[in-house]
Amino acid sequence: MIPAPFEYARPTTVDEALQAIAAGGEDVKVLAGGQSLIPVMRLRLAAPETVVDLGRVTELRGVREDGDALVIGAMTTHSDVLADPLIGRYAPLIAEATATVADRQVRHRGTFGGALVHADPAGDLPAVALALDAEFVIAGTGGRRTVPAREFSVDYLTTAVGEEELLVEVRVPKLDGQWGMRYEKFNRVAQAWSIVAVAAAVRRENGHIAEARIGLTNMGPTPLRAGAVEAALAGAEATPEAIAAAAAHAAEGTEPSSDLNAQADYRQHLATVLTRRAVTAAAGL
Amino acid sequence: MTAVEDRTGAPSPEIGKARKRKEDARLITGRTTWTDNMVLPGMLHLAVVRSPVAHARITNVDVTAAADAPGVVAVFTGADLAEEQGSLPCAWPVTPDMVNPGHPSIAVDRVNHVGEAVAVIVARSKAAAQDAVELVDVDYDGLPVVLDMEEAVEGGADLVHDHLESNTSYHFVFDAGEMGTGSDTEQAFADADVVVSRRLIQQRLIPAFMEPRSVVVQPQGDNYTMWSATQIPHILRVMAAMVTGIPEHKLRVVAPDVGGGFGGKLQVNPEEILCLLIARRLGKPVKWTETRSESLMTAHHGRDQIQYVDIAADREGNVKGLRVRLLADMGAYLRLITPGVPALGAFMYPGIYKFPAYRFECDGVFTNKVPTDAYRGAGRPEATFAIERIMDELAVELGMDPMELRRKNWINADEFPFTTVAGLAYDSGDYETATQQALELLGYDELRAEQQRRRESGDRVQLGIGISTFTEMCGLAPSRVLGSLSFGAGGWEHAAIRMLPTGKVEVVTGSTPHGQGHETAWSQLVADSLGVPFEDIEVLHGDTAISSRGLDTYGSRSLVVGGSAVVKAADKVIAKARKIAAHLLEASEDDLEFSGGRFSVRGTPGAGLGIQEIALAIFAAHDYPEGVEPSIDAEATFDPENFSFPHGTHLCAMEVDTETGFVKIRKYACVDDVGTIVNPLIVEGQVHGGLAQGIAQALYEEAVYDADGNLTTGTFVDYLVPSAADLPHFDTGNTVHTAPGNPIGAKGVGEAGCIASTPAVVNAALDAVRHLGVTDIRMPLTPERVWRAIHAGGDGGDRATAGSNAYGGAQTETTAGGGARSSVSNASSLGGDR
Ligand SMILES: Cc1cc2nc3c(=O)[nH]c(=O)nc-3n(C[C@H](O)[C@H](O)[C@H](O)COP(=O)(O)OP(=O)(O)OC[C@H]3O[C@@H](n4cnc5c(N)ncnc54)[C@H](O)[C@@H]3O)c2cc1C
Repeated sequence: MIPAPFEYARPTTVDEALQAIAAGGEDVKVLAGGQSLIPVMRLRLAAPETVVDLGRVTELRGVREDGDALVIGAMTTHSDVLADPLIGRYAPLIAEATATVADRQVRHRGTFGGALVHADPAGDLPAVALALDAEFVIAGTGGRRTVPAREFSVDYLTTAVGEEELLVEVRVPKLDGQWGMRYEKFNRVAQAWSIVAVAAAVRRENGHIAEARIGLTNMGPTPLRAGAVEAALAGAEATPEAIAAAAAHAAEGTEPSSDLNAQADYRQHLATVLTRRAVTAAAGL
Repeated sequence: MTAVEDRTGAPSPEIGKARKRKEDARLITGRTTWTDNMVLPGMLHLAVVRSPVAHARITNVDVTAAADAPGVVAVFTGADLAEEQGSLPCAWPVTPDMVNPGHPSIAVDRVNHVGEAVAVIVARSKAAAQDAVELVDVDYDGLPVVLDMEEAVEGGADLVHDHLESNTSYHFVFDAGEMGTGSDTEQAFADADVVVSRRLIQQRLIPAFMEPRSVVVQPQGDNYTMWSATQIPHILRVMAAMVTGIPEHKLRVVAPDVGGGFGGKLQVNPEEILCLLIARRLGKPVKWTETRSESLMTAHHGRDQIQYVDIAADREGNVKGLRVRLLADMGAYLRLITPGVPALGAFMYPGIYKFPAYRFECDGVFTNKVPTDAYRGAGRPEATFAIERIMDELAVELGMDPMELRRKNWINADEFPFTTVAGLAYDSGDYETATQQALELLGYDELRAEQQRRRESGDRVQLGIGISTFTEMCGLAPSRVLGSLSFGAGGWEHAAIRMLPTGKVEVVTGSTPHGQGHETAWSQLVADSLGVPFEDIEVLHGDTAISSRGLDTYGSRSLVVGGSAVVKAADKVIAKARKIAAHLLEASEDDLEFSGGRFSVRGTPGAGLGIQEIALAIFAAHDYPEGVEPSIDAEATFDPENFSFPHGTHLCAMEVDTETGFVKIRKYACVDDVGTIVNPLIVEGQVHGGLAQGIAQALYEEAVYDADGNLTTGTFVDYLVPSAADLPHFDTGNTVHTAPGNPIGAKGVGEAGCIASTPAVVNAALDAVRHLGVTDIRMPLTPERVWRAIHAGGDGGDRATAGSNAYGGAQTETTAGGGARSSVSNASSLGGDR
């Protein structure tokens, strides 16, 4: 289908982009890879007055190190993420989850930042960012602010990024050494979104699980941390039994939706199974 | 080249050669004419405003804002076209008293399904037309929505068409006892040791062809040319002429290259008629091309039946009777062959088995959904599914091996031709040999051993093997038989061969391809018949001005009927050329031998004339015999006396993750007998594609409506069509028992994979978890359904009807059943008020 008419701006810097947003009128949409925005516009579920295309804002693209954090530019494409050696080394969970996103064509255009701001509950990267305790750097005309992952996701398709703001970059703590990670995704066909998925990062010490960070995809309008599981795992023995017992808490406090792919109770069941599998793999068992 | 060929100089036969398809380069690269590529001077573009409600009275349509929008030339409502639109045709009144409510192309005062046309915008550009859709203001006064067939047939049910007495269109019965093809069914059941009954559900499917529908109409004086992405240009021409009153000889229909159909383009579409009516009104060329959302929502759907199946047998496993009762969802209207699809299936429920008694009954039921109609297999997949599922259930009941039960009851190779309890004369085959080969291809014994191990160890992943030994009636032809079934047309096919002066050959076929590879296969047939090089042959099709007679492509009929017409026409060319050759070679016709494209004179080495040379000679026509016409061109119309009956054994090994319900095909093997194989590559391609679609019915696809009658699966996010990544490797094989009913010996392969695979897959999943107490799982086998069936019993139950949230809930909107969530915007994707 054909989108409704819109104005188009193509800035080359973050400052220009912010100005274009401010000048764009009532309903402005930022265009990153367009893999979520364009379909919604073509279906006329969104009809922005102005589209601000970030495609030429080169400063937003790429991955760099900054002390004990990785800094991932919002416009870094999924395929760039997959090929990036820093991510492979310090945040393999992101690469593992990104590899499950859609198909090559979509990954070539879709961006890390776009996927996070779009905040689709079935999207894979928000729960990963949450599990990794990422920080989100958001720019507005008044300057930049940093939001922790736990505050980034606000509601269904809604994040802390304000109407006149841009997500600029995401800071991810480097995790290497004793950390093991696993993204366990459940869907029906290869290129589909998650019905439920679990992102797990686990630090082992002396046959025990010292720390576990677990993010749940599509178990509610926003990604969630499986707090009860994390608590049960902290200090637990790294055995299948202990992990299974902890994973049984995975659905606690969740209110997943019921849709064609799964009703809520089944999603809750899947969460426990996938949590067990993800933690088991992340713990190297 | 073999030594033999070197000696005679004859090229190796084309039939049987795995030639790559000559049409593929242009089809795959898109460097060809799809209907939507057509650009005509002054062409206007149509966009259709569609109903967002399933059942309502239209109380007002306000088009003023749309008519004033930039670029808009005209806006038509149902009231504007009511006088001249007539009714879309239904060509298959399966019973004399079938009720047909009539099918307007555009709703006038009532809408009966979501997506029905309520207004048409005509604009100078496609974008302008689309922009104006949202400006049309329609007031709807809601009526009760009828969706559930079992409720719809109850007395006192809400009515889809309140001017009718009920929601039942027809009651069709085939009773073998009454027809004299079997004994009394009730008696057979009364006398049986064992009766197994099941209620099986054939979910609604969407044909999901790759190229969306598209129509261009050009008026010139009182002539009209219509280009359409259709499977049936010939049938469309007759029907469109009758609906619009445009005389048939003033209407030319062209199907240029068409990107798939699967039955979904075997239709006279509302938009085809609307394009004709509007082009006639405005005297301007018009184009309409649907969006994917429109396609999923409004192009006809397939299947959607509830099957109540009873089977009777003795304790030894000899089947005694079969009883089938169907509720078949027609949707809101009857389209071209809507009522005929389930009725056609009536003849296939007995499958390959020797039932002494059989009774079939079917009610066609109206609901407020888009009409159903032909979809790959049309009636036969439903029948095959039911019989192959119930045979497994009977085997379980009897404690018999499911293959043993089949073997005990199937028609043996020495019993062909065999007249079944449904009155069909199966032509040829050997079920045992095909089965043996398939078992070997699968590695049946090892997999059974592994299954045993997994069961014993209580493995989280269980393994099952599913069987489907199927046959189908193909080569939809015998015109007299179709007549006896009240089908509105015959089933013959036409071909013409034109010998050009340079010796090149034009083959004109009435069977219009939409991806099957006719150009290649027909060239192979003619190359062998006429002995001319494959490259020298061009196949023309799809334009009623070029190929004036034909009945098009569906029902695995093209090669069997259309290819046979080509071969018959080639025979006539040779017969005509023989007279010319005899004259030029000064020999008696009886002394001429035709081989490798040359006439030679028996006993006179060296004396001979090639058929391509004769083509030039007769073009010049300087020297030809008295009393014959100066042409060796020929035409033929072929109408076989019987269907053909491909068969095969399909085996599926399935892994089921009992924790999550996820099913994964471990291995798939099939051996099909499709008679003579003209091109093994095309045959294998058809089998692969058919398997993909049949497996998709078993595991992935389902058109889901919510309680208000909105199609929830309105995009490919929620209507899951599997890709190569989701399908296993296929181990395929063939046996060849030629069809006696046509000169090629071919049986048809277009639908085989699709018909056979669905029950094999479901039987496999059930076999994996049967020991856990599971007796049925409803299609598609979503992980959730499999999990529920394992852990809670039953068939897995209904799915939630809300669409998934990807794209921000971009299905039709009122589908957010899974808790309140804000939509990206309230703007309608459909236009009009909501
Ligand atoms: C067929 C298909 C399958 C898919 N499957 C998956 C899947 O399995 N898993 C998955 O996670 N995703 C999937 N996706 C979505 C994919 O990951 C998209 O790339 C992603 O959701 C959006 O990224 P984008 O760069 O294309 O953003 P866009 O579509 O350009 O933008 C998305 C939204 O984010 C806003 N936005 C983008 N960048 C910024 C920014 N820097 N600052 C402020 N706002 C911004 C836009 O305004 C818009 O509202 C799929 C997409 C498709 C088309």
